[in-house]
This record gives sequence, C-alpha cells and structure tokens, in this order.
Amino acid sequence: MYNFDYEKPSTVADAVAALGDEDAQALGGGQTLIPTLKQRLASPTTLVSLSGISEMQGITDEGGSITIGGATVHADVASNGAIAALSDLAGNIGDPAVRNRGTIGGSLANNDPSACYPSAALGLGATIVTNTREIAADDYFQGMFSTALDEGEIITAVKVPKPEAANYQKFEQPASRFALVGVFVAKTSGGVRVAVTGASEEGVFRWSEAEAALNGNFSADALEGMAPDADGMIADLHGTSAYRAHLVGVMTRRAVAACS
Amino acid sequence: MSQVTMTVNGKTASGDVEGRTLLSQFLRENLKLTGTHVGCDTSQCGACVVHVDGKAVKSCTMLAAEADGATVDTIEGQAEADGSLNTIQQAFQDHHGLQCGFCTPGMVMSTAALLKDNPKPTEAEIRDYLEGNICRCTGYHNIVKSIMAASGQDVGSIAAE
Ligand SMILES: Cc1cc2nc3c(=O)[nH]c(=O)nc-3n(C[C@H](O)[C@H](O)[C@H](O)COP(=O)(O)OP(=O)(O)OC[C@H]3O[C@@H](n4cnc5c(N)ncnc54)[C@H](O)[C@@H]3O)c2cc1C
Ligand code: FES
Ligand code: FES
Repeated sequence: MYNFDYEKPSTVADAVAALGDEDAQALGGGQTLIPTLKQRLASPTTLVSLSGISEMQGITDEGGSITIGGATVHADVASNGAIAALSDLAGNIGDPAVRNRGTIGGSLANNDPSACYPSAALGLGATIVTNTREIAADDYFQGMFSTALDEGEIITAVKVPKPEAANYQKFEQPASRFALVGVFVAKTSGGVRVAVTGASEEGVFRWSEAEAALNGNFSADALEGMAPDADGMIADLHGTSAYRAHLVGVMTRRAVAACS
Repeated sequence: MSQVTMTVNGKTASGDVEGRTLLSQFLRENLKLTGTHVGCDTSQCGACVVHVDGKAVKSCTMLAAEADGATVDTIEGQAEADGSLNTIQQAFQDHHGLQCGFCTPGMVMSTAALLKDNPKPTEAEIRDYLEGNICRCTGYHNIVKSIMAASGQDVGSIAAE
C-alpha cells in the first residue's frame, strides 16, 4: 500500500470539504477499498473516513419507508428487520466480520457487478441521497463499477420504500462469498420489480420481460421456461453466459415462490 | 505519523502509525501481540480476527487509525487472570479443535463473538458463523464440537462425517 494521510471528520460538511482535494477518497468500511489499496490499484493522498459522522449512522422507520444512513454497517441492517428481505440480504453478505465493517454507502458507491445491495436498491426502487441531491435507483446504476455519483459526492443515506412483498435469492460463489447470480423480486405499489445482480456485463439490471409476466400473474408459473438472453451475460471460470442466464430464471422463480 | 491510543486487552496502548498502518500490523509490530495471525492479508481467512468495541473484525482490513480510541480485544487477553485457559480455549484443547494452530486465534475470537450474541448456537449456526474463518487442518469438525462444548451443549450429537 502507498502511504496516505488519514482524516476523520465528524460532519458531512467537513467530509465534503476534505474530499474537495481531487486526490482524496472516502473510506467507508474499507472492506473493498483496503484490498484495492493493498494491490496498489488506487493511490489517494488522503483517506477521509466516514465512520465518525453520526448523522450517517443508523436506520429510521418512517412508516411507509425506511431511511438508512450511508455509513450504516451491514450487521445493523441485518438486525433491523423493518424490510425482512433487505435484512436477510444484508445478513448474507460475506461473513460476520465483513458485515461488522462494510457499509451500505460503500457497497452502492462501488457498484460491484456481483454485489448484493445494488439489486435491493434497484428492486425496491430506493432513492440514493447524497450531500447534494437525491437520485432514483433507476438513474443511479450506470454499468459495472459505474454510478451517477460525481467526484467527491457522498452517499449520506438511502431511502427505501416498504414493499408489499419481497425476496432475495443469492446463488453464492463459494470462494468469494459474493453472488454468482442474485435476484431481488419486489411487489410494490407501482408494480413488480425484478433486479438481477452478478449476471450482466452491464452490472445490475431490471429484467423487464419477467416484470411484465409477473404483473399479469404473480406466480413462479408465469415465468416457466423464461430466461434472459445469454448475450451480454458474464462468462468466466465460474460459469458461462448461458449458465448465468439460466440461473437468472431459476433464482427469479425461487424468489417469487418465496414471496407468496 | 500520528499517534493512536486504544485500550488493548484492558490496558492503554499508544503508538505512532502511518495512515496506511493496519490494525493487525499495529498489534503485531508495535505492541508485539503476535497471537493475532495474518494468513491471507486479503480478508478471506479470518486468522486476524480481533474484537473492536466488542465486534469481531478482520484486523488486516482495518486501519489502525480507525481504531483510535477504541477498545480492542485479542487472543492474548482471553485467558483467565491466573493464566489458565478460558472456557472456549479449554474446549478447543479438550476436543482437539486445532492441529497446527494457525487459524486458532481467529477461531477463538470469532467463537467469543458468536457466543456473546447466541449463547447456545446450533451446529448449523456455528458453521454459518465461521464462514469467514478458514482452517487448513481440522476439516472443521472438531472446531464445531469444541464450540458446542464451550456453549455447554452435548457434543455427542455431532456425528463424524
Ligand atoms: C470476504 C468478503 C466477502 C464479501 N461478500 C460480499 C457479498 O456477498 N455481497 C456483497 O454485496 N458484498 C460483499 N463484500 C463487499 C462488502 O459488502 C463491502 O463492504 C462493500 O462492497 C464496500 O463497502 P465498504 O463500506 O467496505 O466500502 P469501502 O471499501 O470503504 O469503499 C468502497 C468504495 O466506495 C467509496 N465510498 C465508501 N463509502 C461511501 C459513501 N458513503 N459515499 C460515497 N462513496 C463511498 C470509497 O471511496 C470506495 O471507492 C464482501 C467483502 C469481503 C471482504
Ligand atoms: S489475514 Fe485477515 S482475513 Fe486473512
Ligand atoms: S489448525 Fe491448522 S489451520 Fe486450523
């Protein structure tokens, strides 16, 4: 790891100021960033820790929705339970020690194509709140490791509407513990949403054909024999693109079955 | 360099660290607490698990600066005041929960965190909790047995596979 200066502001305003320097970078739980720094894939001159900012911690229940502070760790979302499918998802990220450090803001900012949280944010139609604006999940994810965030912009919170029913099914890649394919299905007041992670070269995406079928008939049978096009699916040593496309169909049917 | 101060195993410890100094490095190199092992250094193996403010974390993937002001517990602080093994350590010895011992500090610290939240875990809960702790020797079976015993449960029910 190259050396860097370390700062720990206690307010969002001070963190934004510290991140004004273009070689400064935000530090969430470090579960992705520290390994990246060890590989010398990044060389910030300053790391700005977000862990001392109390306004970015914790979960509040507003009745129809919950708001999760951007620096809230996975373990706290797992034990919350206001949206059961979201808590289950958080409780199956990595392992207990990773969940005690990794944060929702870090996961959404990183937008790893195999990460779990992006599928929940997209599937539930969440709103990403930053120090300057609110971004709908549909506009936020912009392909592998790419998001609508500007340089130095901080995810301060995530607003998540409560679904009528929801479920997340993860087919785990046993070595990395990330999703080989993960599917988040939510029945919301605006219709059914199906968000898929781990599968596409474009990162997390909504499977619109499945949504259309489920809006007509919310049952696993409505998806019988369906799978997304294998073109554009990830192919690597863990699975071919056809395998991943097939898994998307299977995991979506399981998620729907678990919803009802 | 900047100074960090933490309460490590009940005693105040201070030292000068760089921004990039890891908690595992601070414990091992500054404080000479070499019981915390570094196996992978990539947050996969769990040999480096310690408790920070009561929570299990991988010390190879946390900056020492992030633990400034925190309470840190390591394997060196686990034995009883008279130096005898604590319940978890004794159970690992009694049930042969270690062979080479490299993973053991992390296993014991993860077990302590598990039993704090869940004093009587099932076999499945134990295996699930240890997902981030890798052992190359035991095949895990005797580790699970040790944890059942440490939590005061019958180990006879765990059949050898
Ligand atoms: C062994 C292991 C297993 C894992 N398994 C899974 C899994 O199954 N599923 C899964 O989804 N993830 C998994 N992860 C990743 C984990 O969830 C990370 O915690 C997460 O991806 C990054 O969050 P972090 O808080 O650690 O962010 P960091 O590593 O601190 O930061 C990641 C990036 O986000 C930026 N950032 C951090 N916080 C913010 C913020 N609030 N606003 C703007 N930018 C920010 C940083 O600058 C950096 O670029 C695993 C990690 C490990 C080590
Ligand atoms: S050395 Fe930290 S997880 Fe392996
Ligand atoms: S006892 Fe050797 S690695 Fe676990």
